[in-house]
Amino acid sequence: MKNFAYSRADSVAGAVGLLSQQANSKYLGGGTNLVDLMRENIEQPDVLIDVTRLSSGKIISGLTDGGLSIGAAVRNSAVANHALVRERYPLLSQAILFGASGQIRNMATTGGNLMQRTRCYYFYDEASRCNKRTPGAGCDAIGGFNRIHAILGASESCIATHPSDMCVALAALDATVQVQGNSGLRSIPMNDFHRLPGDTPQIETDLKPDELITAIYLPPLAFARNSRYRKVRDRASYAFALVSVAAALETEGGTIKNVRLALGGVAHKPWRAYTAEKAMAGAKATAETFHRAAGEELADARGRGHNDFKIELAKRTIVSVFSELAEAGGMR
Amino acid sequence: MVEPIRLHINGAVHSLRIESRVSLLDALREYLGLMGAKKGCNQGACGACTVLVDGERTLSCLALAVQYEGTEITTIEGLAENGTLHPMQAAFVEHDGFQCGYCTPGQICSAVGMVQEFRKGSASAVTNNVSAPVAELSDEEIKERMSGNLCRCGAYVGIREAIREAAEVTR
Repeated sequence: MKNFAYSRADSVAGAVGLLSQQANSKYLGGGTNLVDLMRENIEQPDVLIDVTRLSSGKIISGLTDGGLSIGAAVRNSAVANHALVRERYPLLSQAILFGASGQIRNMATTGGNLMQRTRCYYFYDEASRCNKRTPGAGCDAIGGFNRIHAILGASESCIATHPSDMCVALAALDATVQVQGNSGLRSIPMNDFHRLPGDTPQIETDLKPDELITAIYLPPLAFARNSRYRKVRDRASYAFALVSVAAALETEGGTIKNVRLALGGVAHKPWRAYTAEKAMAGAKATAETFHRAAGEELADARGRGHNDFKIELAKRTIVSVFSELAEAGGMR
Repeated sequence: MVEPIRLHINGAVHSLRIESRVSLLDALREYLGLMGAKKGCNQGACGACTVLVDGERTLSCLALAVQYEGTEITTIEGLAENGTLHPMQAAFVEHDGFQCGYCTPGQICSAVGMVQEFRKGSASAVTNNVSAPVAELSDEEIKERMSGNLCRCGAYVGIREAIREAAEVTR
């Protein structure tokens, strides 16, 4: 690993100032992804600014509107086990618990989870071509081993997926990401935070270079109490998703009143399934409806060979999760 | 880029001058002679380097030592008290929770942290309803919660038995 200078920020403004003053600097959270990428020479910062000790980032607060604010430095395990998260947003708790291992969840921060990078093998392998590492170089995943790669929203530049479980739940919950930079504060809707690859796959988020994530805001969503996260993977535990489903459902007299759906492991960003939600709204809560909605959502999906199976797997997982939620009804 | 740092480890304070890039694992092994925590994969996949930071299990290979100033670090060397093995260590011996022993310090530190998490009411991926309290540390729960620690000898059955017994004893 190339050496670097380390500094510890004592305020958000201080962190933004430090980053802006020093070229090739990066914010450091739990380090569970960044340290690994630095060891592989994929990331080579000259300066790391530790933002894990900012007291403002360590708080989870229930808001009067029934929503929740989660500080960016709160560890993943603390979010998953917070009483209000478990009660109001069980799918978020589940999504986090399905990710990584107990040790990593104790280290990883909320902000860092959003900023983690793809686990595409070709991105990690310096001997391969990768448009994320070297824009314009080409993509060896296309035509290569692409079992874990994207089936939705990919481009001829990049077919990598976003690896987070937590972010899939946040996408379903319509979370917003609070950020602060030199030009002040702003809120970015979760579903605009990560980008599709297009021809600039090296640009992964909507963040400006100096901006620091300070908190995640979860709006109130009463029917999220009937929600679920299902992750399909190659091992029973401690593996990234082939396909994952974050879903919430409210029914009334057998009819779908409210629905949320987001998919993981299928695209360059957490994939909010607006098409399927629209197809389900107002329809009967039956397997037939779920199947039709899943089919519409995946209509434009494209496999690249090894990952063709993901298209059918995504559909079946959607149908299975909604069938369970329908049985649980509006109550859990 | 060489930082003077102070680390609190197993109840003692150590002053070090190390580069920012030195991992907590390398600081323990190469600078302080604490060889208990092992370097397996050095990329967060195997859990052999697990130590406790403020009581929480942590991968020392993915931890930059400079980031851990001001925390209380416990390694396998710090678990025994006055020459008496920690109940988790004793249970691993009793139940043959190892063969070659390379993953064992990480397994034991992880298990100690995991049982604490369970006592605090933490849920896991196999917890059926995360909104309700978790009643029992079943075999299924132990397997899931320990999935960050690999044992290439395959001593998992003994490891599980040891953890279940130690969790009972320390209740």
